[in-house]
Amino acid sequence: MLLKIEKRPESSHSMVYVTPILALLLTVLTGIVLFKILGVDPIEALKNFFIVPINNQYGATELLVKATPLILCAIGLSVGFRANVWNIGAEGQLTLGAIFGGGVFIYFHDVDSVFLLPIMIVMGAIGGALWGAIPAFLKTRFNANEILTSLMLVYVALLLLSLLVHGSWKDPDGYNFPESRIFSDSATMPILLEGTRLHFGTILALLAALGTWFMLGKTLVGFQIKVIGAAPKAGSYAGFSQKKIVWFCLLFGGAMAGIAGVSEVAGPVGQLLPSISPGYGFTAIIVAFLGRLHPVGIIFAGLLMALTYLGGETAQINLGLPVAVTGVFQGMILFYLLACDVLVNYRFRLARFGKAAS
Amino acid sequence: MNGFEWFIPVILTVITAATPLVFAGIGELVTEKSGVLNLGIEGMMIVGAVAAFITATLTGNYLLAVVVAALSGAFMAFLFGILTLSLMANQVATGLALTLFGIGLSALIGQDFVGEPVQAIAKLNIGGLSDLPVIGPILFGQDPLVYLSFLMVFLVSWFLFKTKAGLILRAVGDSHDAAHSIGYSVIGIRYAAVMFGGAMSGIGGAYLSLAYTPMWAENMTAGRGWIALALIVFATWKPGLVLVGAYMFGGITILQLHAQAAGLDIPSQILSMLPYLATIVVLVVISKDESRIRKHAPACIGKIFHPAA
Repeated sequence: MLLKIEKRPESSHSMVYVTPILALLLTVLTGIVLFKILGVDPIEALKNFFIVPINNQYGATELLVKATPLILCAIGLSVGFRANVWNIGAEGQLTLGAIFGGGVFIYFHDVDSVFLLPIMIVMGAIGGALWGAIPAFLKTRFNANEILTSLMLVYVALLLLSLLVHGSWKDPDGYNFPESRIFSDSATMPILLEGTRLHFGTILALLAALGTWFMLGKTLVGFQIKVIGAAPKAGSYAGFSQKKIVWFCLLFGGAMAGIAGVSEVAGPVGQLLPSISPGYGFTAIIVAFLGRLHPVGIIFAGLLMALTYLGGETAQINLGLPVAVTGVFQGMILFYLLACDVLVNYRFRLARFGKAAS
Repeated sequence: MNGFEWFIPVILTVITAATPLVFAGIGELVTEKSGVLNLGIEGMMIVGAVAAFITATLTGNYLLAVVVAALSGAFMAFLFGILTLSLMANQVATGLALTLFGIGLSALIGQDFVGEPVQAIAKLNIGGLSDLPVIGPILFGQDPLVYLSFLMVFLVSWFLFKTKAGLILRAVGDSHDAAHSIGYSVIGIRYAAVMFGGAMSGIGGAYLSLAYTPMWAENMTAGRGWIALALIVFATWKPGLVLVGAYMFGGITILQLHAQAAGLDIPSQILSMLPYLATIVVLVVISKDESRIRKHAPACIGKIFHPAA
């Protein structure tokens, strides 16, 4: 007997939805082994990871707080991934969004106006889009690989933020800590639920998901993205401009990540710090794939990945598990998902020797 | 002799900054020549770095540490192979997954070792030769891995262009269907090439945690795996140019150390940006000529191979 992989005549639609669940199951199973190795009762660990963090109202709202930047970044990335535009620099675009949006407050910190926050959000989107425009320009004009350029710009963005908060944007009353002023009320995202950190950014994320769903389903640019992604040649026969799509995907992805950045610093973070994100821009890559590059799927995947952040913290406090377990879990989910995705386009068949070829 | 006083330490730090890039770059070159694009260098390097550091701390045996680093890099690459070669997953996505997974995994296994000191890998000391002025410390006073990195560039170059096995590997990378129909095992050869790349990345990581900065810190590769990827484009898939490129990047990386020592009043963050900005500039300059890239890049790079029954 021999296990053979053969191509399906058509991609399996149901498998597209089955494999994320399969991947999650495999991750949990591997997690049980991992917890055993780390000397923790697996049931207790899984409970602390997936149930304890959200079994009260505050926990549930924290889940939304953490999911917000993940969903925003992933929505932006997913549009690019659909068109084979591999923007992996969301973390940098997020950082530039925080710099541009936060910068508005730094320069107008004594202004008390209802327009301050909207301007910050718009500037955040512009900052992220500008950072996305660099790889777009280099790709369309010089054919430079956007994977590498967008990633290199992450490091540049992080250093730029560090330069600013160590330098001229440092809080004058901050005892020389590398931190900006704390954002005033009119520069802070409105809280949606008293006593929690749930803020307006979550609504922006949901609007972004809805808007993107509409864009992909109902507009010409959405159609072009899907065609170029599925069949680049068909796209060029139809006269779609590959370059325009590259520009669109990187500007859009950058703007989304930029909004995520400003919503973080004007939300839960509350000021500019040398480090404002625990790698949301990178985790968003996993969110985008796990959500099947679909806006609705991304909302669910964003919530799940947010749970791994919360679960990691809870497990650290209650069981003394290292926080790094979160990163391993996140990486593992993507690994298993990519492995299981073979089932979408191929199927396994048991074949007997000799007869197999016939 | 006065004029050379600044020169020797500069060259020595360039060498230490370049060596991890040489290893990672030359390994990935072989992987790419076989037609596989593994974007997970960063993940394989960081796992190699932590594996080497832990082995060196626990056993004090540096040879063993380097071997363990190579094996763990190869193991990571093997996982990449299972996904992309056996299960035909997208190579770009899988490479990203390998990097994210490697960073998480290394943070987990290395958490008890953060901040622990380790002796830097010993430098060669061949009595009189190493004591020679100027060329002594540069040519005869390096640690063994530096010599190994040069040897690997030479060996890879010889293997790829002077041996039959190398020719087969390049054929697999340029036309997997043709290679398959002649009867070569495309998947088997690619597994070997991917795992060689992983082993080299692992050693590159080991160099970081045992020689460049003898310590372990989360995320200590700081994008070097990605710079190594850019190096291959820079080198247009030629081993000798990978070496040249690595030393160029090594030079840019250490610029910040020496600029500060020289009293230049530039913020450290600006200087730290230089390697990343230089990578972008180099990519732009090289990629501008699209036909040149197409001429040198392995034709099947990144393409999935599935033998039609």
